[in-house]
Amino acid sequence: MPLKAPRKQSVSMGRGARKRDEDSGTEVGEGADEWTQSKATVRPPDQLDLTDAELKEEFTRILTANNPHAPQNIVRYSFKEGTYKPIGFVNQLAVHFSQVGNLIPKDSDEGRRQHYRDEMVAGPQESARVVLSDAGNLDEDEEPKEPAIEAESQIDMAIAEVAEKVAEEELMTHKQPKDRKLTNQFNFSDRASQTLNHPLRDRECQMEPPPRTNFSATANQWEIYDAYVEELKKQEKIKEKEKTKTPVAKKTGKLAMRKLTSMESQSDDITKVSQAAKIVERMVNQNTYDDVAQDFKYYEDAADEYRDQEGTLLPLWKFQNDKAKRLAVTALCWNSKYNDLFAVGHGSYDFMKQSRGMLLLYSLKNPSFPEYIFSSDSGIMCLDIHVDHPYLVVVGHYDGNVAVYNLKKPHSQPSFRSSAKSGKHTDPVWQVKWQKDDMDHNLNFFSVSSDGRIVSWTLVKSELVHTDVIKLKVEGSTTEVSEGLELHTVGCGTAFDFHKEIDYMFLVGTEEGKIYKVKQHRPHQLLIGPLGPEHLGSLKYLTNPVLTDLSAHQFCKASWCSKSYSSQFLDTYDAHNMAVDAVTWNPYHTKVFMSCSSDWTVKIWDHTIKTPMFIYDLNSAVGDVSWAPYSSTVFAAVTTDGKAHVFDLAINKYEAICNQPVVAKKKNKITHVQFNPIYPIIIVGDDRGHITCLKLSPNLRKMPKEKKGQEVQKGPAVEITKLDKLLNLVREVKTKT
Amino acid sequence: MIRKTEVEETLKRIQSHKGVIGTMVVNAEGIPIRTTLDNSTTVQYAGLLHQLTIKAKSTIRDIDPQNDLTFLRIRSKKHEIMVAPDKEYLLIVIQNPCE
Repeated sequence: MPLKAPRKQSVSMGRGARKRDEDSGTEVGEGADEWTQSKATVRPPDQLDLTDAELKEEFTRILTANNPHAPQNIVRYSFKEGTYKPIGFVNQLAVHFSQVGNLIPKDSDEGRRQHYRDEMVAGPQESARVVLSDAGNLDEDEEPKEPAIEAESQIDMAIAEVAEKVAEEELMTHKQPKDRKLTNQFNFSDRASQTLNHPLRDRECQMEPPPRTNFSATANQWEIYDAYVEELKKQEKIKEKEKTKTPVAKKTGKLAMRKLTSMESQSDDITKVSQAAKIVERMVNQNTYDDVAQDFKYYEDAADEYRDQEGTLLPLWKFQNDKAKRLAVTALCWNSKYNDLFAVGHGSYDFMKQSRGMLLLYSLKNPSFPEYIFSSDSGIMCLDIHVDHPYLVVVGHYDGNVAVYNLKKPHSQPSFRSSAKSGKHTDPVWQVKWQKDDMDHNLNFFSVSSDGRIVSWTLVKSELVHTDVIKLKVEGSTTEVSEGLELHTVGCGTAFDFHKEIDYMFLVGTEEGKIYKVKQHRPHQLLIGPLGPEHLGSLKYLTNPVLTDLSAHQFCKASWCSKSYSSQFLDTYDAHNMAVDAVTWNPYHTKVFMSCSSDWTVKIWDHTIKTPMFIYDLNSAVGDVSWAPYSSTVFAAVTTDGKAHVFDLAINKYEAICNQPVVAKKKNKITHVQFNPIYPIIIVGDDRGHITCLKLSPNLRKMPKEKKGQEVQKGPAVEITKLDKLLNLVREVKTKT
Repeated sequence: MIRKTEVEETLKRIQSHKGVIGTMVVNAEGIPIRTTLDNSTTVQYAGLLHQLTIKAKSTIRDIDPQNDLTFLRIRSKKHEIMVAPDKEYLLIVIQNPCE
């Protein structure tokens, strides 16, 4: 029984060892069979066939322990000597294979320790095992034919059977332990545990979709243009900013900007349509007064062809305002630049009924409401609009003050105003007139009043500086009241007009009916310095080098003295028996002027001749006369009986070619008349505050007839000769008599 | 303040003129700001005229970008509609000129 011996041993060593031994045992058994069956040598097919001699040949080989791959020339740096040194001693050991095994030699300390440990564990069961194995041996003896391969299971079964038997037989208290489980052979443990997994959850929600807009636009040519313009502006602004980098300027600019913005934000939205509202108002008016506008533009009185010479006046618009209801029209003046705009002064001619005054500016485009309204405490007696600055209006008041209104400024107060301190007139101002700018380009005007003074006013910065030009005296009327005391009766100026060409020559009409022709010598023509009397007040502003020699005081005196003798009366015309209401030079003929008076007459003069050329009696006090701007021979006069008279001396030098009542009621007295500088219309004002616009019929503006084969001559020269022809007739008569 | 009252007065005068049916001020979005007409009419006029004005302006400026629309007058059998486009507002006046 070759199997027996290792089995016994295996029992003592443990189950693992026993198993291995059994395996080897079976192999041995099988291998023995093979060896016995075939003894023939098996040769590989490619084995070389060698002869016996070759086989017996001897090869001598010396084996050394040197590693053929080991390097022989290793050098190492020696820090001690500072050089590389060859190393003669090279390790010749070559390891071809190494493996860590778990077999422990039995005789080693470790082996003995393990053996001991195993015994300690298996100790209590050993006795039983021994018994068992004895019983097993017995069984095996009974069944020796069993094949070796099934040995194990057979043995196990046998053991179990025997163990049961033994247990019953021996009545052992402790139970037979089952096969011990194989303990951890490799000293490692694998332990797994399931942790609590959080269950997966899906949660979804839908948010509000982000706002979307569709944007589409077409770029027009003008939009592109606008963008460019804006960009240009921006660039300019940046440039300007760079230029004005002084901090002070910046601050003030910013402040102003802030103010502006605050103002803008304060103002209501509605103010922004102010311009549009104005235009619309005019359009509405145009629609309502459409017929009048058509008449103004296109209507020509066809009946004129059947009349011989007479013409008519076609009433167009009527202007009136509630605020100026009971105030007489005291002055009319067309604007030189805007031909549809005219100024109306309201006041009163009645000495007993003086009240407030109004300055209204109407446009023909809006007859229902004035464009500008200024009111004053004292009645306005006269006004004038500057030719070069059509926004400046000077007015003369009943209380003797003069004031200048600036239409550009929105507030209703005058920009300049005289006062008692600054030499206002002591009586009503009857006429004011703008003059050419003086040498310093200061604006200036003249005024005449019934206190006998003619005053030149200069606008210097914010002041109104006055200079008396002349004092009117009534010649020969000095009455000796007592011894040595002469009382000069002051002449009361009521009207004046400057000569169109000769500067500083002007006519003054007085309340006594006289007309003076005055020549004013400007002192600056006599002095070296370019200074006139109007500079006197402005002396403090001057920095003229001419003045350096003279002290201001001296200069003042010199200038004043020369001025007081500068004006002289060239002529006196005994024109009228009552107050002169208007004097006016002919716009074409420089020698001819015209005057009108409350003594019912209109007179036309040659200023070189002391007697009038023509005299017209109009059967009522004449309020105003006005030359037509288009002809040298046409003029219009208005009388207090409500009639307008239009003369054309070239057609009829004896009587008016139009004689027409133009106000609604007979009671209304017409006070003033003015020709429009362009259109064939006149405006007349009455003492109830109404202004009527009238169109001249074709007969009233008839030009010289065209003759065949002859060109129609036009222009100022023609107008002058036309009037001269007429005057010559009269002159001849006069010289004859 | 003076300016405001001035404009108010001007608008009042326009409205008091004979033949004037209504006045309205419309802002840049075509929303009427003030009106003298009833609500539905105002809204209709404002919406339509606003569009028309924009179109007219665009036309004028397309022809010459330096040019601009200053005024729009629409003459119809019954009325005349006057539209004054200002920088931000439209002033619309409806008038019956034959009255």
